[in-house]
Amino acid sequence: MKKTLAVFQKEIKHFFYSPIAYIVIAAFTLIAGIFFYLYLSSFVEAAFMDMIRSQQFRTQPQRFNINLQLIRPYFWNLALISLFVLPLVTMRLYAEEKRSGTVELLYTTPLSVSNIVLGKFFAGIFFYFVMLIPTFIFMGILFIYGDPEWGPVLSGYLGLFLLGSAFISGGLFISSLTENQIIAAIGGFGLSLLLWVIGWAANYSGPGLSAVLNYLSIINHFEDFAQGVIDTKHLFYYLIFCTFGVYLTFKSVESIKWRS
Amino acid sequence: MIEVKELTRYYGDKRAIHNVSFEVQKGEILGLLGPNAAGKTTTMKILTCYMPPTSGGAKVAGFDIWDQPMEIKNLTGYLPENPPLYSDLNVWEYLDFVARIKGVPASKRKEAISVAIEKAALGDVQKQVVGSLSKGFKQRVGLGQALLNDPQILILDEPTVGLDPRQIIEIRELIKRLGGDHTIILSTHILPEVEMTCGRVVIINEGEVVAEDTPGNLTRRLKGSERTVLEIGGDEKVASEVIKSFGEVQKVDHKKIEKSDHVRFIMETSADIRHDLAKAIITKGLNLYELRTESYSLEEIFLHLTTKEEVA
Repeated sequence: MKKTLAVFQKEIKHFFYSPIAYIVIAAFTLIAGIFFYLYLSSFVEAAFMDMIRSQQFRTQPQRFNINLQLIRPYFWNLALISLFVLPLVTMRLYAEEKRSGTVELLYTTPLSVSNIVLGKFFAGIFFYFVMLIPTFIFMGILFIYGDPEWGPVLSGYLGLFLLGSAFISGGLFISSLTENQIIAAIGGFGLSLLLWVIGWAANYSGPGLSAVLNYLSIINHFEDFAQGVIDTKHLFYYLIFCTFGVYLTFKSVESIKWRS
Repeated sequence: MIEVKELTRYYGDKRAIHNVSFEVQKGEILGLLGPNAAGKTTTMKILTCYMPPTSGGAKVAGFDIWDQPMEIKNLTGYLPENPPLYSDLNVWEYLDFVARIKGVPASKRKEAISVAIEKAALGDVQKQVVGSLSKGFKQRVGLGQALLNDPQILILDEPTVGLDPRQIIEIRELIKRLGGDHTIILSTHILPEVEMTCGRVVIINEGEVVAEDTPGNLTRRLKGSERTVLEIGGDEKVASEVIKSFGEVQKVDHKKIEKSDHVRFIMETSADIRHDLAKAIITKGLNLYELRTESYSLEEIFLHLTTKEEVA
């Protein structure tokens, strides 16, 4: 446990001592901010137009639901940006150790494979959490000037967090297969994207297969969270996904150790 | 302390080491000597449980490399060929990380790191980022890492590479001092290093052990003979006859020395004949300038064992 913590802290230092962390956070915040501005503008415009219309025709103004019309699609957006950005976070996690030869240190000191893999996995999740912090400000603006419901916001973040963890476990696995960070990034992105779009194929396949594909699709399970529903079924999906990703990394590290 | 039995390792089809066996006693400093790509690093990687052999086995401090790698890792400090450094941490942070993964308890960590810093002479750079250090300092950080937590067994892969001559001497002194209560295996292709630091040498070539002995014995054992060097002034033919009259002489070479009438004979002899040789030369009226025995240097033995050339 202490050793896992040591690996975890070392990874966090690597993130924040290198410029990559700041570039990734800045890019994520910028893109998330632009989307937030666009969503907010269109929401305000729609509400404003409705107000004018209701005055013209002397009808009751519609009740606009900010959770449904702004926050929910916005969470989808954050999920999409995460899909693009997280491979940049996971790419160096393992590949860098292999390239610089520091795996020799990790494998010849009394560290177990799970110390190494879990330390790195949780470091990736922690970094993702830090990356999401600026978006709290955007949500804060909505709470100051509007009255959204708390529940769906929290569940949305939980969903985002789980989705990100799943991406990280997959990216970590890909990173453990190569010593080239670029391959790790592209591979991680490819895997995440594949799992994202796999649900689309369900529309064109037979009933048995389509159920399987729908279940595998990483984003289908996110939908309920974004809507404010925490279903244990989806919670389990992400937990199993992460466990499986970490397990594969574990096996890949172990096999590298015995192959080298 | 370390028993290596018939280690064989293949990388794909390529054979790295074949039937390597040797033993290291507690407190001994063993030198693994061999040309590049001889299998020194592979042997060390197996002993540190970085990777398993294809066949064969080894015991380190009584623990088996197959079944008890964690126990072995707890006892050994390893300096790989390229020091495994994180270039964005500073020296202290790096050593702190190593101390933690070696399981040094928090209360003793500071002291353990200070000791390692002192041994590897890193005091001046402990707040510097590892990536900004020169090659020599990086090597010393690697060494500090291996020495951290004072492991009983040290496995050092070319520990003096990249250091300047003064540092090399310091590191050799350090290694010598550590021997005794530490068991050390070091690899090198620098021969004087072995002669100076190691109690015993294992010479590896093309993956096989070709010789194993103390540096002194190895020198002596070679052909079971010594060389006698003789320099005389006077008639070369007379001198040759004198030399030939000794049955102990197995082989003679002679060379004229420039700008004088001196001749130098280099003889391979089965016994020390200096005493009688000197008398014989004087009675024949030749001038004796030099008469001495010479043992083969480790360089020559090394070349002899690792190439198929005859030693001159």
